[in-house]
Amino acid sequence: MATASLDFEKPLVELERRIDELRRLADDRELDVQNELAPLERRLTELRSEIYRNLTPLQRVQVARSARRPFTQDYIDRCFTDWIELHGDRQYRDDGAIVAGWARLDGESVMVIGHQRGRDTKENLRRNFGMPYPEGYRKALRLMKLAEKFQVPIVTFIDTPGAYPGIGAEERGQSEAIARNLVEMAGLQVPIVATVIGEGGSGGALALGVADRVLMLENAVYSVISVEGCAAILWKDGKSPEMREKAARALRITAPDLYELRVVDEVIPEPAGGAHADHEVTAKNVREALLKQIDELRRLKPEKLVRRRREKFLKMGRFVG
Amino acid sequence: MAWFRKERKPRVPRRERLEIPPDAWEKCEACGHTDIREKFARNLNVCPECDYHRRIRAVEYVNILLDENWEETEEDLKSADPLGFPEYSARLKKAQTNAGDTDAILTATGAVGGLPVNLGVMDFAFMGGSMGSVVGEKIARAGQRSLERKQPFLIVSASGGARMQEGVLSLMQMAKASAILSQLAERRIPYVSILTNPTTGGVSASYAMLGDAILAEPGAVIGFAGPRVIKQTLGQDLPEGFQTAEFLVEHGMLDAVVHRRDLKATVGQLLRHMTGKPAAALTAP
Ligand SMILES: [Zn+2]
Repeated sequence: MATASLDFEKPLVELERRIDELRRLADDRELDVQNELAPLERRLTELRSEIYRNLTPLQRVQVARSARRPFTQDYIDRCFTDWIELHGDRQYRDDGAIVAGWARLDGESVMVIGHQRGRDTKENLRRNFGMPYPEGYRKALRLMKLAEKFQVPIVTFIDTPGAYPGIGAEERGQSEAIARNLVEMAGLQVPIVATVIGEGGSGGALALGVADRVLMLENAVYSVISVEGCAAILWKDGKSPEMREKAARALRITAPDLYELRVVDEVIPEPAGGAHADHEVTAKNVREALLKQIDELRRLKPEKLVRRRREKFLKMGRFVG
Repeated sequence: MAWFRKERKPRVPRRERLEIPPDAWEKCEACGHTDIREKFARNLNVCPECDYHRRIRAVEYVNILLDENWEETEEDLKSADPLGFPEYSARLKKAQTNAGDTDAILTATGAVGGLPVNLGVMDFAFMGGSMGSVVGEKIARAGQRSLERKQPFLIVSASGGARMQEGVLSLMQMAKASAILSQLAERRIPYVSILTNPTTGGVSASYAMLGDAILAEPGAVIGFAGPRVIKQTLGQDLPEGFQTAEFLVEHGMLDAVVHRRDLKATVGQLLRHMTGKPAAALTAP
């Protein structure tokens, strides 16, 4: 399967095409091409690693946004069992941009909540490109409270360009919905593990992110503003690759950056070629990280858990004095 | 979300009258009414003609809300440039020169009608009231003081949102403020949020919308997304009065729109209800 699609992956596409051609030729004529094939495949693996070792911050933004990356539902299918989706905020409607429900991680019940993007136009209409309305955040909060009631850990997946900016969203209190999640999450008496799997866009991402442990996939990004928005405001040019790259570098949005800034507790490695190159391996890495973190958090008494969570966020920021 | 506009200097009218120096005149940004600066100031910078609430500095709100003899707190905290963000250091210096060095928030301890409180007031004049590490830390410390002394907490917001020059660290200030507010809520210590023009982005999506009472000044623009962003996304004009304080109260997002001259009495009344104190003499029947 060809996995390359982004502009900087062009050399991979070319190699993959040659490999495919050779294989087809071999099949058609029943030839043994192993001697020719092996070096090409080796070269492909090397090239893929090399490209992904040297991604620029803007390239990581492209990877993080790719529709071929695993989404929340893909992790639900691969990391958990016994999934049952729950719908609605009990106030207005069900928001497709957030999926949530019961699932089991290694046999134990957890509440899974995540932004859900769509792979095609039809699905994106339903998912609103992973941009929730207030009712999405209120659904998330309702189910976090349910998890607290039955004392099960909460697992969230962050993958959104941001909360939806629209008339209805404002009328129904987008600000209040996000703010409410922040303050409630700061006091929930069960373990919360958040994982940034794609794009963590601003307040709309943080509304699922006030967690005991914040994990981040290697090529995911997490930012206060989109690189386009930042470049447009500061340098009056949100379109050119140069200005977007400048913003991507300046904002320090990559997983290693955020780990260094102590906003993220663990960086989860992606396979060579990125998460989209191998959903299975990526999900396995995510599952292992979740198991380890939840196992540690389960040992803490609720009061200690909450106190540590608050202390962790109270320490964030850098200033003089 | 972290958009902000440069503070517009009040334009001095050209026409000179009598012996009053030309720079003593000011013009209402909303209706164009021209008056002696003194008269605007005596009216708390609310236009005597059209009631437009003009933008004022943080220290003016402190004077409006608190009894005499309040004290500034955490005045030694200054913004660093934690990411080495292009042009940020220079912009900070400029803001400190033009607006003073309290960053985008002034915190104080004092009393409202004799009731001790801790107060934070954002200042739009300092980089558009943008919220960075210093704003978050000052809120956390002032809130902590409220927690320790069991005194109500007040925040007056005026902000275009998070300060993008501090990247994700400024985003995390939303969570930081929420961490302190969740403790105040747990201990039943009142928190009153007052929204002024504008309160948008990350500030509106955190502490601004979390008050036990949420008040706003008339006409204040309040919202998550800035009007420009929404207009761009939808490609259509926004309804008349969209995202004003009046619009929000109508949609159930605020407790009340309160005139600047009534802010102190209203806050005092609310705090007395929430702390089991008898009504103040002023509001007693
Ligand atoms: Zn006027």
